[in-house]
Amino acid sequence: MRKERIVGTPVLRKEGMAKVRGAARYIDDIALSGMIYGATVRSSIPRGRILKIEFGEGIPWDEFTIVGAKDIPGENVIALINKDWPCLASEFVNHPEEPIVLLAHPDRHLLPRAVAAVHIEYEPLPSVHSIEESERGDAIVWGEDNVFKKFLINKGDVDAAWEHADFIVEGEYTTGAQEHLYIENNGVIAVYAADEGLTIWGSMQCPFYVHKSLVSLTGLPEDRVRIIQVETGGAFGGKEDYPSMIGAHAALLAMKSGRAVKIMYDRMEDMVATTKRHPSRTRIRTAVTKDGKLLAADIDFALDGGAYSTLSSTVLSRGTIHAGGPYCWPNIRVRSKAFATNCPPHGAFRGFGAPQSLFAIERHMVRVAQAIGLRPDELRRKNFLRQGLTTSTGQEIREPVDLNHLLSRALTLSDYHAKRERFDRKNAGARKKKGIGFAAFLHGSGFTGSGERNLKSVAAMDATADGKLRVLVSSTEFGQGTNTILCQIAAEALGVDYDAVEMAQPDTSVVPNTGPTVASRTTMIVGKLVHSAALGLKQTLQTSGLLGESWTTKEFCEAAREHVAKYGALRSNSRYEAPPDVYWDDEKYRGEAYPAFAWAVYVAEVTVDMITYGVTVDDFVAVQEVGHVLNPVLATGQIEGGVAQGIGYALYEKVEWQRGRMANGQMTNYIIPTTQDIPPIRVCFEELPFAHGAYGAKGIGELPMDGPAPAILNAVSHATGADFNSIPLMPEDICLRLRQAVSVGAVAV
Amino acid sequence: MIRQTFSIRVNGELRTLEAYPMERLLDVLRDDLGLTGTKEGCGEGECGACSVLINGDLVNSCLVPIAQANGTEIVTIEGVADGERLHPAQQAFLECGGAQCGMCTPGMIVATVHLLKKHSQPNTEQIREGLNGNLCRCTGYMRIFEAVEKAAELGRLR
Amino acid sequence: MRSCPAEYDFVSPGSLAGVLDLLHREPGEWLPVAGGTEVMVQYSAGRLGARRLVNLWDVAELRRISETPETLTIGGGCTFAQLREHASIRKHFPLLAQAASWTGGIANQNRATIAGNIVNASPAADSPPALLAYEAEVELISARGSRRMPYADFHLGYKRTALAQGELLVAIHLQKRFAGWFSYGQKTGARNAQAIAKVCIAGVGRLLGDRVDALHIGIGAVAPTPLRLRRTERALLGSPLTEEAVAIARQILSSEIAPIDDIRSSAEYRRCVAANLLEDLLRSFAASRLPE
Repeated sequence: MRKERIVGTPVLRKEGMAKVRGAARYIDDIALSGMIYGATVRSSIPRGRILKIEFGEGIPWDEFTIVGAKDIPGENVIALINKDWPCLASEFVNHPEEPIVLLAHPDRHLLPRAVAAVHIEYEPLPSVHSIEESERGDAIVWGEDNVFKKFLINKGDVDAAWEHADFIVEGEYTTGAQEHLYIENNGVIAVYAADEGLTIWGSMQCPFYVHKSLVSLTGLPEDRVRIIQVETGGAFGGKEDYPSMIGAHAALLAMKSGRAVKIMYDRMEDMVATTKRHPSRTRIRTAVTKDGKLLAADIDFALDGGAYSTLSSTVLSRGTIHAGGPYCWPNIRVRSKAFATNCPPHGAFRGFGAPQSLFAIERHMVRVAQAIGLRPDELRRKNFLRQGLTTSTGQEIREPVDLNHLLSRALTLSDYHAKRERFDRKNAGARKKKGIGFAAFLHGSGFTGSGERNLKSVAAMDATADGKLRVLVSSTEFGQGTNTILCQIAAEALGVDYDAVEMAQPDTSVVPNTGPTVASRTTMIVGKLVHSAALGLKQTLQTSGLLGESWTTKEFCEAAREHVAKYGALRSNSRYEAPPDVYWDDEKYRGEAYPAFAWAVYVAEVTVDMITYGVTVDDFVAVQEVGHVLNPVLATGQIEGGVAQGIGYALYEKVEWQRGRMANGQMTNYIIPTTQDIPPIRVCFEELPFAHGAYGAKGIGELPMDGPAPAILNAVSHATGADFNSIPLMPEDICLRLRQAVSVGAVAV
Repeated sequence: MIRQTFSIRVNGELRTLEAYPMERLLDVLRDDLGLTGTKEGCGEGECGACSVLINGDLVNSCLVPIAQANGTEIVTIEGVADGERLHPAQQAFLECGGAQCGMCTPGMIVATVHLLKKHSQPNTEQIREGLNGNLCRCTGYMRIFEAVEKAAELGRLR
Repeated sequence: MRSCPAEYDFVSPGSLAGVLDLLHREPGEWLPVAGGTEVMVQYSAGRLGARRLVNLWDVAELRRISETPETLTIGGGCTFAQLREHASIRKHFPLLAQAASWTGGIANQNRATIAGNIVNASPAADSPPALLAYEAEVELISARGSRRMPYADFHLGYKRTALAQGELLVAIHLQKRFAGWFSYGQKTGARNAQAIAKVCIAGVGRLLGDRVDALHIGIGAVAPTPLRLRRTERALLGSPLTEEAVAIARQILSSEIAPIDDIRSSAEYRRCVAANLLEDLLRSFAASRLPE
């Protein structure tokens, strides 16, 4: 690899100075003149028909702007994949907190009382509140059968494999909902003027998603809707789809009132009303030889999608494709379904279905190892994917990935074998039992199958009149490092200093559609487009004679300035082109599911306190192969942050549902780890450069979410000798279990 | 209730304002004084995004009525730097990747300043405890711990 | 923020006499607020019933900690930060200093006050078990005068206290008589900081030979109020701490407490962990016996 000047180095975060000074401006830091405030009246029942809406006493209603479903000029729908998500409920509600009426008023403080004074009468209808209830059809709440989507992956002949098995091992694994808990709640400001059209500023991941939804909602022409992302305080997928909803609400109020309208959620509203990670249930049945060769897997993977389909089909897709884990299955069948239930729709959350199905398979592998009498690491080594073998969708691994090596490295760094042996010796009768466990996994970077091809993303670079070099993409920064990485790539490609390159604000009237900032695609795919755009810019300058064979940053910017002065502009566009060998069958769910996989092994060391049943993670090792690390500080930070969220997912974060409503919608009762709860996290990277990713990079944003929960539960099971297969695993669950008998579901044939 | 006059010294500057006594200090700082660096993350004193110093003590400004802050000295994130010169904590957060999305960062840096005043060379336990009321969802805290250690070192060298 | 600041009265008499006078002249009208870590949370959530508040934060008399060779008096307005850092509290009443360090996080400790915490009467508060173990007395003051009572008599039921109309909890009185005693304090919550206790326990005791000569155990989050485990203690007094004694103590504890299922935890878990913590306390107590 040729020497890199900027890519691969820990340059400072592009917008870091503003952030450490407290000068970064998030949506609630912004006020427009004459701006008024909006609030949302929401359903208090899980499902029913709206009979009456009354505006109660004591509120000066004539001062308010009031919007209902009938005020929507275009389609009353937030268009995503399907069109079943109402912007405002009109006749029916299908989940608690479903938006029904919007209010706006100049006095922010008056709004909560006004919301409380809107009385809605319902005729309640039967509702369902779990995968099981929905599956049974206790009530049909969506479509014909409550099923948003289903998939079938079929490789080989699973049914024929059972008779060759020495062991058939079964298990059921469940995961709960998870709340994003970005520190900045959802918020937007909308302005509408008849001549200019609609402008929305907000905290968001995908300005063009919001653009598409608002065009169909308002019926306005595409060039009359303008969406601008402002500094965003965390997202994790929670601001992929939801900003379209809150944006639509602010837009409607702005259009009706003629004023700028800000809607800013407080913590409780954001927690109870917006999307969460899909709960899951996975049932796995595997056939294996007594030597530990995996013969077949039959996997039933179910997600709870909430009341509307939103992103459930794509979450289901990713979870389905990842269900086999990093193993070669000669035969595998995955049947998956996303079910409708009556809670707020679940949505994107870092990992997007993979944390759910990977949790299951990595717990299951330990169960299989136990049944056969192999060590968990021995079992993995006999079955890892490697170059030349195929995944469950038949995708051939084309890179020399060495999972055995990753495993060895992780186990060495964590001192796994010695600790395992020591803990086994010392745990009997100990007040604090210790355990160590690992998880091996993979994560597909970028959109599934033909997703990238369909997106046709465009990135651009340009120069301004005074010679500033800009990256123009719709990719957004929300902490993960978009601004920094893309500027590093551009600067490297242009041969200029990092400080000479800026990011244009993601404004749909200025930047091209580079696709959404999701799916761990930004560095790998968008970065590559930025790289091409940069090369194009450089070439234009060289061809025009304004730039010689070599240059300083100053000379480059001067040349750019001259070009703009002479020719009016300097811009280079780059459009995505799919690599030639990417083949995907959307019907059969076979082929190249992802352009690249990142691979990892994570190890967790835990202490289980036998007095309080509390679990502490004492040490964590994260080893991953990621193509190429473009910024070591940012990359390490991504892994550490993802591990912390994974620890929360496993041990701390529980959504308490009461008939579809989150009852613990406060930070005091929805628990994420503090500085005194997180272990030291040791991060190691390996690199097998990916030819089609910017400077060899693969995606890493979501990868770290997949490993911690199964590694931790494997460690807890090791420590206690009891099988735990459901997360979040709370001390209450451990207490209950340890006071019962332990059973293992393995059948030796 | 009528608005009353309150005086607070914010980042070294005496500010006098009219407010309802039960307005939260957080809102007075952000809305009346335009100091939007201090953030609201939860409104319940759990996340620490609203952390400021009152007479040198770290507090959650979302839980302080302006009437109780009358006559006090307040330091917000905007007052941490010495003009153009960053505080060691800010420099360290920049270099160590202590800020990702940046929402927890103002409170986290104010808490770091508070910690370093109490313990100029804090050990790991002291760092973890000193920041235990500041939640971060992005970093997993590791870069932040490193930033605090670096800040202590930078402070020692100054 | 779900409340309207314009709707609230807030006055600052600035002295204890001034506050008491107001509470006396306009009974039932004014809610005292000190650090605000409870009141302001309710206010932000739009759940504060009171509309008129009287400031205790600027009442200097409430912030004092005074001592004699035998006693320590803590002003009700002392913050948890003050309590955990005070040399005498750390030396003579370490369980109280420890509980103070567990309450909330650093920022909340700078504002939350001991009297506010007690009067708020959450059964899960961190300090009450230590105060019960140390057999604290509370002093209640009003315009009519002051009175003292054992802290153990202060909580009457869930969120009901002996505080009468117009009264403030002005001080906590402690006797410095636990030097050399065994002491044990544990809290279990959802995480290591900023957690409401699922169970919290504090105990002090003294052995005479191998027999329990004195034993005071306070426990929180397992009943409508913080509890002094008198029946459990009585069963152990005068006897050696044998395996059988510990087993019996677990059972008596189980009948003394009344844990519930709530948003944070389950009755079963609390019952189990309370018994485990008691057992751990007693085993540590037994092990504290100095070799003869």
